[in-house]
Amino acid sequence: MRGGTKGWLWPALIAAVLIGAVLSIGVGSAAIPPARAFAALLGRGDPVERAILVELRLPRAMLGLAIGAILGLSGAALQGYLRNPLAEPSVLGASNGAALGAVVAIYFGLASSSAALLPLLAIAGALVALALLSLLAGRSESALTLILAGVAVSTLAGAGISLALNLSPNPFAAMEITNWLLGSLEDRAFSHVLLALPPIALGAALLAWDARAFDALTLGEDGAAALGVDLARTRLRVLLGIGIGVGGAVAVSGAIGFVGLIVPHLVRPLTDRSPSAILWPSAAAGAALLLLADVAVRVIPTTNELKLGVVTAFLGVPVFLVFLMRERRLW
Amino acid sequence: MVTLAAEQLSVALRGREVVRGVSFTLDAGQFVGVLGPNGAGKSTLIRALLGLLPASGRALLNGQPVAALPRAATARQIAYLPQGQALHWPLSVERLVALGRLPHLAPFSRLSAADEAAVARAMRLAEVEHLAHRTATELSGGERARVLLARALAVEAPALIADEPLASLDPEHQLHGMELLRAQAHGGGLVVAVLHDLALAARFCDRVLVLVDGRLVADGAPPTVLTPALLEQVYRVHARLIGDPPVPVITKRIIADR
Repeated sequence: MRGGTKGWLWPALIAAVLIGAVLSIGVGSAAIPPARAFAALLGRGDPVERAILVELRLPRAMLGLAIGAILGLSGAALQGYLRNPLAEPSVLGASNGAALGAVVAIYFGLASSSAALLPLLAIAGALVALALLSLLAGRSESALTLILAGVAVSTLAGAGISLALNLSPNPFAAMEITNWLLGSLEDRAFSHVLLALPPIALGAALLAWDARAFDALTLGEDGAAALGVDLARTRLRVLLGIGIGVGGAVAVSGAIGFVGLIVPHLVRPLTDRSPSAILWPSAAAGAALLLLADVAVRVIPTTNELKLGVVTAFLGVPVFLVFLMRERRLW
Repeated sequence: MVTLAAEQLSVALRGREVVRGVSFTLDAGQFVGVLGPNGAGKSTLIRALLGLLPASGRALLNGQPVAALPRAATARQIAYLPQGQALHWPLSVERLVALGRLPHLAPFSRLSAADEAAVARAMRLAEVEHLAHRTATELSGGERARVLLARALAVEAPALIADEPLASLDPEHQLHGMELLRAQAHGGGLVVAVLHDLALAARFCDRVLVLVDGRLVADGAPPTVLTPALLEQVYRVHARLIGDPPVPVITKRIIADR
């Protein structure tokens, strides 16, 4: 087990991501045979097919890849940082904060005045949620304080979203908000990719910075501090990384839950179980999972297109059940 | 040569003063036992010494205030074995012991051959080599204590502070633990250990610090400090000295008439 992972893990993950990406570009409501799709991607072939592939499916695949990766990485980093296998970005209120920011944009009609306003408000919402979190958690470096403060912030943001739905001036606005809260990668363009990638890359860098600190935290906060970890700075980097990275993702895709929860659990048994070893494999597995879920959304025949967040939520429940059964020693 | 010093060190936890005006200087080459009844402030004192708690007065590492030093610098100078260490992930023993090398690693680098050698040395010293591939969270309490000691030894820092390193060890491993800590000190390091076994402290330590109610009430070589009179006052027990060098044996509890 060199480098903390089983030898075949990375080849398998790369294969899964590639399969996900190829299916994501190849599968859709317009059936385009592989040979013609390949030609279109190389700039030849039918212009309509090229438009579908390059302007619709390619950005969708790229977003699935990047958003899945940051969600998986955030989950792995947070589980390591909080030493809690049930942690994921929504625990800190970042996801709900971002969603509230976006809902505000829709509710006040700001989203229609400028396309960039919704994503910007989503990122701002995530950062405001995390600033509030820091304020509530105070100078304490303890993970428990942070989780409690996160529940409070998350609940507050959730209440704000419900309020917006409750007071919504017309059913269309309410429907738009609901649609957005379900999470989807439908009809995204390259402008969305350009908008999401910078914050996602910055967030990933901030989260990956502290891999060693997460390992040291296996020994608790005192143990980590005695191994040279600056807990206050680690916390700042983790909060900013989650806020910026997940904020950027939610800004484009809407709320997609559970990826950050599921993926580290799938990956962990295939590593030496140290928090640093699951970070990048979780990013790759998150990308593969979201790409495949997004393909499933297109393949499963429904009258309204199935929303991505709904699919991932259904996938999340079994993970909780497995945990529950292990706790009760039924399995 | 490492030195650790406290100057009028006081710590208040939630408004209650737990350590009160403690001063001492500890030099390399000494095996120092920290003794005192439950709740005397032993753990709090050593955490303050490591700079893990806000304290008034000063904690000095090689003459410099620990609070002003970067954490990474302190981590390379002092290894710390906390009391009742929790383990949050089911790591293998080898991986766990390797955590001790974190203070020495450059950013984003892997364990070097020198690091691996240090891990192997620490596991050999603590006699846990045969456990290398077991999962640390599935070990017995005593095995786990030895693995965690190996983790602290793997830092190979000039100073080692261990909070109750003997808790949950069987008699043989208690003796082995004390021999190991003394050998570390006499090899040129500084070892500070919180201990409860007075006989072992008397036999192995070069110096003992006795804390009562957060105050340092005695500091010196075991034969001069661990007298029946002091043990009566500190622990409220009767004790007899046996053998040469004299080792205290506790005979009975003093029941206070109130």
